Amino acid sequence: MSSSFENEFRASATKLTADLRHRALIRTSLKGYEKNRDEKRAGFQSWELARQAAAEAKWEAVNHLDKYLLEFVDNLNKRGSKVFWASTAEDARNYILNLAREKKARTIVKSKTMTSEEIHLNAALAGAGYEVVESDLGEYIVQLRGEAPYHLVFPAMHLTRKEISYLFHEKLGTPETNNPEELTMIARRQMRMKYCQADLGISGANFAVAETGMISITENEGNARLTTSLPKIHVALLGIEKVLPKLSDLALFLPMLAIAGTGQQLTCYNSLMGGPRQPDEVDGPEEFHVVLLDNRRTQILADAEQRDALHCIRCGACLNVCPIFRNVGGQTYGTTYQGPIGSVITPHLRGLEDWKHLSSASSLCGACSEICPVKIELHHHLLHNRRNAAKLDVGRLDRIASGAFAFLVNHPKIFAMAARLARFLQPVHRTVSGSKIDPLLAWTRSREVPVIAKKSFRQYWKSRQK
Amino acid sequence: MKITLFIPCFIDELAPSVGISMVRIFEKLGHTVRFDESVVCCGQPAFNTGCWKEARDVAVRVVDRLKNAEVIVIPSGSCGAMIRAFYQELFEGHPKQAAALMLAQKTFEFSEFLVDCLGVTDLGSRFPAKVTFHDGCHGLRELRVKQQPRELLKHVRELTLVEMEDQTTCCGFGGAFAVKFPMISTAMGEVKCGSALQTDADFLVSNDSSCLLHLQGLLSRKKEKLKTIHLAEILASF
Repeated sequence: MSSSFENEFRASATKLTADLRHRALIRTSLKGYEKNRDEKRAGFQSWELARQAAAEAKWEAVNHLDKYLLEFVDNLNKRGSKVFWASTAEDARNYILNLAREKKARTIVKSKTMTSEEIHLNAALAGAGYEVVESDLGEYIVQLRGEAPYHLVFPAMHLTRKEISYLFHEKLGTPETNNPEELTMIARRQMRMKYCQADLGISGANFAVAETGMISITENEGNARLTTSLPKIHVALLGIEKVLPKLSDLALFLPMLAIAGTGQQLTCYNSLMGGPRQPDEVDGPEEFHVVLLDNRRTQILADAEQRDALHCIRCGACLNVCPIFRNVGGQTYGTTYQGPIGSVITPHLRGLEDWKHLSSASSLCGACSEICPVKIELHHHLLHNRRNAAKLDVGRLDRIASGAFAFLVNHPKIFAMAARLARFLQPVHRTVSGSKIDPLLAWTRSREVPVIAKKSFRQYWKSRQK
Repeated sequence: MKITLFIPCFIDELAPSVGISMVRIFEKLGHTVRFDESVVCCGQPAFNTGCWKEARDVAVRVVDRLKNAEVIVIPSGSCGAMIRAFYQELFEGHPKQAAALMLAQKTFEFSEFLVDCLGVTDLGSRFPAKVTFHDGCHGLRELRVKQQPRELLKHVRELTLVEMEDQTTCCGFGGAFAVKFPMISTAMGEVKCGSALQTDADFLVSNDSSCLLHLQGLLSRKKEKLKTIHLAEILASF
């Protein structure tokens, strides 16, 4: 029994895995990243110890969220920031909508925030009549195309220069060009206007430093700095799990995020913001609002087995190494968070029954867990999700099949007989192999079936004993 | 030493020469080989599907039947990982948890057993061919088997080992995954076969037959000359 989400996933996966051009494009896109990432990792005395330290810092934060969140908010309040605790996506959306209405906003500029994707903020703002402009180049591009971001760090990695050039030509009336600098300047000219026009700037946050009550934003384009400094109102939207205990933790996390995420030593711009313009400061927004989002993160928190999924720093490294991601592409997942981390947390955030298929659509190779900078046991959690799903009503067929399998292998004589029978029937199977009535079509559509040996190992062993 | 072979179901029926090769190798080294015909499977197919109760029904039998073995050797990283890495979790809170743990401690994947336990790297094998090695994911990431097969291949006379690009990328078999999501499994396998074919090797070798069955299926369909072979079969060429 599959949900409609599973059917969509399968349809998209079937289409994209057959698209050799797309597969090659993603492979090429990630080659540069891999080389840089490995180079920078080698710069650590011990990347493995760094992962351990990062995992421990996140463990401390997530397992004492009640303490660190309060410390974070307390420090924010001291500087005149306004904090809103949003239990649900709707609460967060409404807070921002009310604020925009209150401030009579017309134009809203945004820097990259996957959390806003998660709560479908753009649609709500556009629906209420506000002009919303994404200032991150990749996000801007997919916004123009009306698409969801392809990757949580590289939203437009699936597009070629030619496609982007044509998009700008079509939507903005600009001449086509193959030159990346020219394409960037087209986008920049559009955005420069918007930063100045915008009444409200909405950002996310990479980290929330409890000790100093500041959000940390890392970026390569400088758009986040403009988004959060020029408009009069700055709203930062972040999940409650973004907390880090100390400022000094950033000395570890900023490089690890950059290296794992983009193969950079450090992201170009790293900013810390903790309040509106202070009396002795010359610039900055008049108001600074922080929206802390739960949206079922506390449910993951309550699950001691999978709690470490909240350690995620959204670096995207697990996507980059995942062979499933690389072959089906980011949009196939149909969720805000793609790849291994998305497959792990989406059942918690949006329901196990509807999203269990993402946990099954994996060979459990473990490359994700291996690369994760904060040592989340990603592929083991896919197994845990499968176990939880098998207990549901929809898992009935799997339970029956597994029961039959267990019976067969626990009765070796029956197993041996079944195997000999299968061998006998193999020539018969060959006549229908690959056709619509082939029971093994899932295998034979693309692969030859292995030949069952004339003499099995146990038969050989038996004959040896004589 | 009395070495008990754990021959997984798919090797028993689809690749018995792998098991036979292991028998020849261990007997050449002077050990006594044991085999318990009543043990068919480690339970991983049910475990990976999330049906842990059914997996336990199978695993309990394995734990009981093999509890008196001196040492257990498996020619498969994925089955080895099931016993060594996952039985502990599967048996958590179960009366047989201690027994499962004890079994895990004396269970080894074939290449790691030869190199790490027996200290053997040269079996006097001869296999004149160019080969490339595929690291099965479970063996690689759960059991940390990477150098051992290469150490063994290094001592095979007239054999040339060429490493493929993306050697640690999953082949796409993944057990039930291969038939639950065949389009993705096939795409992953195509990528792996592509990497292997690029080395111009005569043989694609692995320490995991499940991967090889999937890859051979793809190669045969495309009528490629590249043949798959298990590490044990190469080493038994003496």
